Amino acid sequence: MSTVANAGQLTTAEPRRPWAVSRSKRLLGFGRMLTFAVAAFVATILTPLANFDGWAVAFLLINLAWVIGIASKLGAKERRDAVLRVVITSLAVLAFVPWLSILVTVILKGYRAVYPGYFISDMRTSTPDDELNIGGAGHAIVGSLIMVAIATVVTLPLGILTGIYLTEVRGRLTFLVRFIVQSMAGVPSVVAGLFIFATVVKSMGQYSGLAGGLALAVLMLPTVSRTAEEVLKLVPDDIRSAGYALGARQWRTALLVVLPTVRAGLSTAAILGVARVIGETAPLLLTSLNTNGFVWNPIGGTVASLPTYIFAMFMYGTEYSNARAWTGSLVLLALVFFFFIIARRLGNKSALKANANRRK
Amino acid sequence: MTIVETPEPRQMMVVYSRADRIFRRIVTGGALTSLLLLGFITAFLVMRSAETFRQFGLDFITGSEWFSAGEDPLGGAVEGAVEEVDESVFSIGPMIVGSLVVALIAMLIALPLSIGGALYIEFYAPRSIYRVLVSLLDLAAAIPSLIFGLWGIQVFTAIGVRWATLLNDRLSFIPIFSVEFENFGRSPFVAGCVLAALVVPITTSVSREVYSRTPRDLIDTCFALGGSKWGAIRSVVMPYGKSGVIAGAMLGLGRALGETVAIYLMLNLVFRYSFEILDSAGGNVASMIALKFGEATDKEISALIASGLVLFIITLIVNMIASSIVARTTPRA
Amino acid sequence: MTQTQITTNQSANQQNGETSKFIGLETQGVHAWFGKHHALSNVSLRFPERTVTGLIGPSGCGKSTFIRLLNRMHEFIPSAAMAGSVLLNGSDIYAPEEDPAMIRLKVGMVFQKPNPFPAMTIRENVLAGIKLAHLKRSNHDEIVEQCLTRAGLWKEVKDRLQASGGSLSGGQQQRLCIARSLAVEPQVLLMDEPCSALDPGSTLRIEETIKELAEKITVIIVTHNMQQASRVSDHCAFFLTDGGPGYLVEADATRKMFTNPTDSRTADYVQGKFG
Ligand SMILES: Nc1ncnc2c1ncn2[C@@H]1O[C@H](COP(=O)(O)OP(=O)(O)O)[C@@H](O)[C@H]1O
Ligand SMILES: [Mg+2]
Repeated sequence: MSTVANAGQLTTAEPRRPWAVSRSKRLLGFGRMLTFAVAAFVATILTPLANFDGWAVAFLLINLAWVIGIASKLGAKERRDAVLRVVITSLAVLAFVPWLSILVTVILKGYRAVYPGYFISDMRTSTPDDELNIGGAGHAIVGSLIMVAIATVVTLPLGILTGIYLTEVRGRLTFLVRFIVQSMAGVPSVVAGLFIFATVVKSMGQYSGLAGGLALAVLMLPTVSRTAEEVLKLVPDDIRSAGYALGARQWRTALLVVLPTVRAGLSTAAILGVARVIGETAPLLLTSLNTNGFVWNPIGGTVASLPTYIFAMFMYGTEYSNARAWTGSLVLLALVFFFFIIARRLGNKSALKANANRRK
Repeated sequence: MTIVETPEPRQMMVVYSRADRIFRRIVTGGALTSLLLLGFITAFLVMRSAETFRQFGLDFITGSEWFSAGEDPLGGAVEGAVEEVDESVFSIGPMIVGSLVVALIAMLIALPLSIGGALYIEFYAPRSIYRVLVSLLDLAAAIPSLIFGLWGIQVFTAIGVRWATLLNDRLSFIPIFSVEFENFGRSPFVAGCVLAALVVPITTSVSREVYSRTPRDLIDTCFALGGSKWGAIRSVVMPYGKSGVIAGAMLGLGRALGETVAIYLMLNLVFRYSFEILDSAGGNVASMIALKFGEATDKEISALIASGLVLFIITLIVNMIASSIVARTTPRA
Repeated sequence: MTQTQITTNQSANQQNGETSKFIGLETQGVHAWFGKHHALSNVSLRFPERTVTGLIGPSGCGKSTFIRLLNRMHEFIPSAAMAGSVLLNGSDIYAPEEDPAMIRLKVGMVFQKPNPFPAMTIRENVLAGIKLAHLKRSNHDEIVEQCLTRAGLWKEVKDRLQASGGSLSGGQQQRLCIARSLAVEPQVLLMDEPCSALDPGSTLRIEETIKELAEKITVIIVTHNMQQASRVSDHCAFFLTDGGPGYLVEADATRKMFTNPTDSRTADYVQGKFG
């Protein structure tokens, strides 16, 4: 009495998600959190707990108490699960709070001194303590960009060649090169500055943008080499074999098959490298210092940069100079984020990544 | 009669064409330049600090005095300074200990936060905000440390001092929480908290990445066996990601040890051994270099370079421990 | 075998009126979606107690999707949705009051790739489910021996229970995974192409294991291997897709499916004419 299914006949059916948390339950959860928040606020008034951090502690304790309370009705497994959910969520919030606080602080304190002139004028005719509508950080922005450009021009070719050496050529020195590059990735930034000071600055007899750029390059080179190697390692060996099997020589395979596959990845690596060094302060304090005006010549003495500008304004210590420091921070942060977003855009276009995503 | 002779094996060799050889030479040249450049830095640090180490020996690392008899930083002797008896003494014991203490405080705070943050993003956060959280985390890791320093001074210090006061109030019977004068600002504890905030995005980012690579079918298996979310995390995700998380922590520790400006702004440097972490006095090699550099004499520069070398070696050891841990604990299968 | 327990939608509904409670696993008009993508349409099947059912069909026709619906693993895919109901011994496993973890304890699963927990020993792997589900069991040694024996692995590993699960061969690892699933005493065991990553020898070994298991529990196995389906299963269900959602073409006793199927596409498929 076997029967055949109504093959292929599409009966219409409503998709449903029996496992989803229902709207009413979610509302209930939200209401509960709100109640707890208020209760925690009351607790901060009535107990020695104070301020925002006190409130947070109270909030966490109330949550835990509640979870343990309802959990007494549950089995051991569910109880542990519920408690750990609260603990992990609190830890995560705690991990995110400082940097959100930084973002808010930079914006709130930084927007005060922003005006169009801030980006194009320097500090030659104004003191750090002048009204906020004169003077600016144009010279610092230019200085930063010049030094980062120097660092990039030096490290990018070297870094990529090193990456290719480690993955494609694999010569006799592979191990040594990898070891040195890895070790140098741990050079503290101030040590890099010290090195350039004792060599470049001393022999040129002056601080300069070139020295600053080279100090940044020392920090960037290991990063770029390492990421280049990592990215190239992602290229499956089949792709190389396919190139060889077509009769292509190694250099053609490397340049025409392997490198184009990771072009986006390499650009991402470079831009991330830039985003990382543009905020470096310590090495520049030892190599390029700070100055009040525009300096376009990289070997023309001390140069301002955003980090040293911010540092100097902050150390000056008056209300207006402080505001300038925060505005500088806002610009610096905006620059970092700008580079970051470009890197992301590029990274998403990467051929390998697209493949990897599809496989997921 | 057939005797099968074993034939001589023929050597097989990759023969590169001329173009290939040129290509390989160019690439090798680039790699060698990097190698020499980076190698030169190490050699230079060693050479320039030799003078200091020869003069002070191990005292440089254990002693706690830093005194420089004046001289002009850019060379050129100060007028009238004829070959006098040089009374300069350089040693950085308290700075080394201080660096370790502050970094340790930072890691103790940062590690639980990072693991919690990473687990939350990967396993608890609503899917709709997952990508946002990951991007935010990457951005946070890119914030310059200078900005952490500014924030630390102008925003966090107030909170940190309150916590320090509380700790001192309740726990001063524990030696590290006792202080002579109740001045908690610019103390290793407060600086360590800011450093933790600085390290958290890095370590969280690494841990999250590692956790996200847990094979999905292992997690599924836990659920298929009736496990809860925490069960899956405990028995699969955490063991699987252990070595990666340790490596991330070591990366963070390296970062914390080498951090300069944030500590420069957040910590009073005192050349005296002190383990009272709430006291407004601490030590740090990196920010000491930045601090002393301004009016350093030639001899002092050599001592600063020696300090840099010590710092570099400590970071190097941390990194090597990290790689050996990773090599030893990476799960097979 | 004239009367098969596997029935289709209409007849299932008819029988529902008569017999109140079907012992075993049963699906009624099940659909599955991934986001907007309708992956599986209207599958009604019955899996009686202590039988082996083979699910066959070309790739992408929704076999894995279907099998993951049977123990609520489908819902781990963020955009997933479903329709219809899945009844275990007559009660809907998707009912709001059901705890998915409990369902998964009763309906176990073995995956395509052997995946012993890497940080655990062989013994710990077998006991993993008990630990994960917080089951109270005191006779751990007994459970380990019994499950490994049922999975056909005991003789090979009894002297190295403390070795890492990863130190076994692929076939042994897969049998370890079966033993792991058995330790929580499921009523139903789902297997999604359990042999596709294994060599022929290990495959035969696992097939024997499956037959022995069927003396106590219900086994549902997805396979691409027609011989395997004919060797191990009592019933077969054939899935297909015409580019749209996958659907059930025919389900019947295995012998009938392989000798005299009702649908010509089934005949073509089992004879290897496509797929
Ligand atoms: N995680 C997923 N997300 C989106 N679509 C999926 C996912 N898994 C499977 N599908 C789709 O569902 C359909 C059925 O897939 P699957 O059940 O894996 O087939 P089978 O196991 O029979 O080869 C396919 O069209 C596939 O593309
Ligand atoms: Mg499948």
